[in-house]
Amino acid sequence: MKSASHNVISIARARHLRIDDDLERVNAMSVTVQYDGVATDAAAASASGDDLWMPLDELTPITGWEAKPQGLCRGERCVPIPAERRAEFFASDGRFNLAAFARYIDQPFVHEDAARVWLFGEPPAARRDALRSLEAPDFTLPDLDGKRWSLSQFRGKKVLLLTWASW
Amino acid sequence: MSVALDTGGADAVRPFVRPAEPIDVPPPMRAIMGWTEDEYRGAKAPTYPCLIDERHVVAAAYDMPNVPMAVWIDEDGRIVRPAEPAGATDGFRSLDRATMTLPEDLARAGRASRARYRDAIRDWVAHGAQSRYALSPQAVRARIAGPSEEDAFASACFALANLLRERGAHDLAAHWFSEAKHRCPERWNYVRQALDLQQKGAASGPEFVKALRELGERPYYARIDLEEHGTGTEM
Repeated sequence: MKSASHNVISIARARHLRIDDDLERVNAMSVTVQYDGVATDAAAASASGDDLWMPLDELTPITGWEAKPQGLCRGERCVPIPAERRAEFFASDGRFNLAAFARYIDQPFVHEDAARVWLFGEPPAARRDALRSLEAPDFTLPDLDGKRWSLSQFRGKKVLLLTWASW
Repeated sequence: MSVALDTGGADAVRPFVRPAEPIDVPPPMRAIMGWTEDEYRGAKAPTYPCLIDERHVVAAAYDMPNVPMAVWIDEDGRIVRPAEPAGATDGFRSLDRATMTLPEDLARAGRASRARYRDAIRDWVAHGAQSRYALSPQAVRARIAGPSEEDAFASACFALANLLRERGAHDLAAHWFSEAKHRCPERWNYVRQALDLQQKGAASGPEFVKALRELGERPYYARIDLEEHGTGTEM
C-alpha cells in the first residue's frame, strides 16, 4: 500500500496538484465510499488498483446490497453471481469486491486514491428506466433560508420544475 | 418551483433570488426575454420555493444537460413533459460581443419562443390533462433518451468533484470537475459550472465562447415540439 500511495502522489504531482495540503484534510486511515449519494467511511475496506474489497458487514449498511444464496440482493432485486466468476467477487476471507460488482451491473464508479475516496454512480439504464416510468424522481433541497423542501410535498398540485444557474 | 444548479450555494444564488436592488439585465438578454418595461420594473421576489442544488442532483435525476430547463409534473407526481429547454433559443449565439447587440430578427424569435412556452404553461395550468401541451405517456417516454454510459460516467466524476470540494480538497476537486467537463463537453452544466469555479464570470468567457463556436451547426438548446405531433422545428 505504501508504494501504491507513493505512485499516486507522483502522478498527482505531475498534474500540479497541491495534494499534500489536500491529504491533510482527509482521513488517511479509512476509505470513504459514496453510494446512492451518501458518503460513508468504510473502516475495513481496502483498495487495490481498480478493485475495492469490503467485508460483508460493511457492504450492506453502506450500499444496501446483501449477499444471499441466490446472489447479491437489494430489496426485491437479486443479481446472480456466476459460479465460475465467484472468485472475482468474493475473497477467501469473505470480503466482497464492490468495484467488480459495479462493472458487472454497468454501474459507473470513480476513485481518487490521493483522498481514498470511491464514488459509485447510477447505472444509465436504471436512470432511463426510472424516468420512463414517468414517476417524477423525488428530491429534497434547501432554500435560501435553509428550509428543506421535497418535490413529493407538492403531490396534489401541478409542478413546473425549472432549473437555472447564477453562472 | 425553481432549482438553482449552483455549486457556489446560497452565496451565489442570493443576489438573483433576493437582489438588494433591481438586477441589471444586459440589453441583449432583455431583448431575448421580451419583457416589457412595465414587466421589468414590476418584477418582484418570487413567492414559490427557490431551491439550491449544490450537487446538481436534479440535473442528474432528470437528465438535464443545460439551463434553463423545465419538467412538467402533474398532480399525481407523473411527468407530462420531460426535461426540455424552457423556451430558450440559440439566438444568443449570434450576440456581437464587441457591441453587445443581437440582430433584431433573432431577438424577436427569442421573445416569441419564450412567449410560446409561457403560454403553453398557462394552457396546461388551466386545462390539465386536456391541454394539448400535456403529452401522452407514450410521447413522454419517446422523448426520454436517458443518459449515455459516458454521461453517467461524467456524472460520477462531477459527484466525486463535489464530494472532494465539500471536504476542502479543492485541487483534487478541480481535477475531477475538469474530467467531467472533458468526458462530456456538451453537458453544459458541467462545463460552465467547472469554469465558474475556476474563475467567476468564466462560464460566459472565452472558453465557453470557443466551445459554442465549435458546435458549428449543432444546436446548443435542443429543439423541441410543444405539441405532441409537431414538426420538429419549434424552439
